[in-house]
Amino acid sequence: MSVLVFAESSEGKFKKTAFEVVSYGKKVAEQLGTNVVALTINANDSSELYTYGAEKVVTVSNDALNTFNAKQYAAIVTEVAKAQSATVVVVDSSIDGLYLAPLVAVDLEAGCVSNVVAAPSSTSPFTVKRKTFSNKTFSNTVISTDHKVIGVAKNSYGVHENPVAGSTEAFEPAIAASGVTSEKVERVTGKVTIADADIVVSAGRGLKGPENWGMIEELADVLGAASACSKPVSDLGWRPHSEHVGQTGKPVAANLYIAIGISGAIQHLAGINASKVKVVINTDPEAPFFKAADYGIVGDAFEVVPKLIEKLKAFKAS
Amino acid sequence: MKILVCISHVPDTTSKINFTENDTKFDTNGVQFVINPYDEFCLTRAMWFKEKQGATVTIVNVGGAETEPTLRKALAIGADNAIRVNVNPTDGLQVAKELAAVVKNGGYDLVLAGKESADYNGQMVPGMLASLTDFNFINGCVGIEVDGRSVSATREIDGGNETLSSNLPLVIGGQKGVVEEKDLRIPNMRGIMMARKKPLQVIEGVGATAATSVQSFEKPAPKGAVKLVDADNVDELISLLHNEAKVI
Ligand SMILES: Cc1cc2nc3c(=O)[nH]c(=O)nc-3n(C[C@H](O)[C@H](O)[C@H](O)COP(=O)(O)OP(=O)(O)OC[C@H]3O[C@@H](n4cnc5c(N)ncnc54)[C@H](O)[C@@H]3O)c2cc1C
Repeated sequence: MSVLVFAESSEGKFKKTAFEVVSYGKKVAEQLGTNVVALTINANDSSELYTYGAEKVVTVSNDALNTFNAKQYAAIVTEVAKAQSATVVVVDSSIDGLYLAPLVAVDLEAGCVSNVVAAPSSTSPFTVKRKTFSNKTFSNTVISTDHKVIGVAKNSYGVHENPVAGSTEAFEPAIAASGVTSEKVERVTGKVTIADADIVVSAGRGLKGPENWGMIEELADVLGAASACSKPVSDLGWRPHSEHVGQTGKPVAANLYIAIGISGAIQHLAGINASKVKVVINTDPEAPFFKAADYGIVGDAFEVVPKLIEKLKAFKAS
Repeated sequence: MKILVCISHVPDTTSKINFTENDTKFDTNGVQFVINPYDEFCLTRAMWFKEKQGATVTIVNVGGAETEPTLRKALAIGADNAIRVNVNPTDGLQVAKELAAVVKNGGYDLVLAGKESADYNGQMVPGMLASLTDFNFINGCVGIEVDGRSVSATREIDGGNETLSSNLPLVIGGQKGVVEEKDLRIPNMRGIMMARKKPLQVIEGVGATAATSVQSFEKPAPKGAVKLVDADNVDELISLLHNEAKVI
């Protein structure tokens, strides 16, 4: 028996979520009294995962796998899971993680639970806590199959160091026919993406128009943050759709979410609930966001944000 | 082209979520149910194919009789016929297995499903359905074009988009972008009248079992009150974020 963790990397480098899922896998392995095995595909330095408790790392290197392909990746995860006698497979809740999880689940005849926020509360019955109803609630879910596939929600379990003397084992999988071919990948480069960011600076209709986003981007720059917006802002074309967060937009599970000129409608909050610390800046003391936030300033964004940028620059320099 | 659109019946986005029976059952009291928003994008795209390229559009739901008003609404938007698999499912794998039986019997070319449902947010049904039927699968789709048997689709990736090609048969996990929100269809009077006469077939399930079950629901712990900082004192905010919250 073992716990298999798929540690996602991009251009050879691990994502932060890779360390989180290995930390999570280590915990589950301890609970089950077994070992954690991590699987990497085209990662440069897989030994980094020993720090988080991976006793064994199965490495796959193959240029044909440089672009993510769900069916091919799922076939590899399944094959390694079988070879390592893994009963639990852990992935992150990234776009790609949740693309392959259901495919792996069918191949392993496993129950699958995504958006999991904590280590199992019990391993018999195997019970995990996950987000449901668009982040408004949690559900404690029992997985009754022998095999289990778990998608860990970002920034929910955290990254925990647990150094072990691990070993790596190279694996050369046969690459499955996929039926789906990648023709073109277009990435906005040089910018922190909402999915990866620890800090997100977001602004709403209170900003009045697209010409006022300069200060939002500057604030994001100072903090090394991603910028985001509310739905009407992207609907109005002030900002690209890729920045729209909320129930029907992107989910944000950042350590810090700063909401400027956003009212805090229920659909917006559903997308950002999972963020740890929320700051709101709004002229209206009755704005619903103040009920959801940890820190708030009742004030005009056009006065507060420039001051905040100036003071943060001084703080960062000190 | 034969299109199947999977329709999930979910609480309206503004619903207050409550539970009964010792926090083990979702309380449907006073909750307005709607077509799952992600499915609505897919349904509208299916209508577009029907009108512009020629297609028949069947909608399917795995659920009890209470979901029929939602199916009638989807028929009013323009789907040709509806299937309700008379099963009260408790997890995604069970839904996917029931849907797979419908897909296998129906000879569909293209299956459209929202990438997730707004209630349990499992993000697994479209992928599992594709696996079980051995159809190709593109998830998180924000654009799709079909030319004969070949498909070009765009999916969202971290920080960008990826364009993919595939042949039919194919399962799509769709989201906003498959059509834009402004293009979503609202049933009109004529549609509603016609929907009454359209076939809504109720079939029994194949007996798929669930792999997971909800033991209990939980609401997040009530939050402490917001700490307000004076607008003239952003230094204090920075200090709180640095020393207390430890996030900068
Ligand atoms: C099915 C459905 C799904 C939805 N999904 C989403 C979603 O995913 N994401 C989302 O965001 N919304 C979503 N919405 C929309 C949501 O209900 C709200 O309409 C939206 O979040 C409001 O955006 P806003 O706060 O930017 O704008 P507004 O509601 O216009 O609020 C602007 C805020 O700015 C404040 N303000 C004004 N001037 C200033 C100033 N100078 N300085 C500081 N503050 C100022 C105001 O006090 C106000 O609170 C959805 C709605 C529906 C029906």
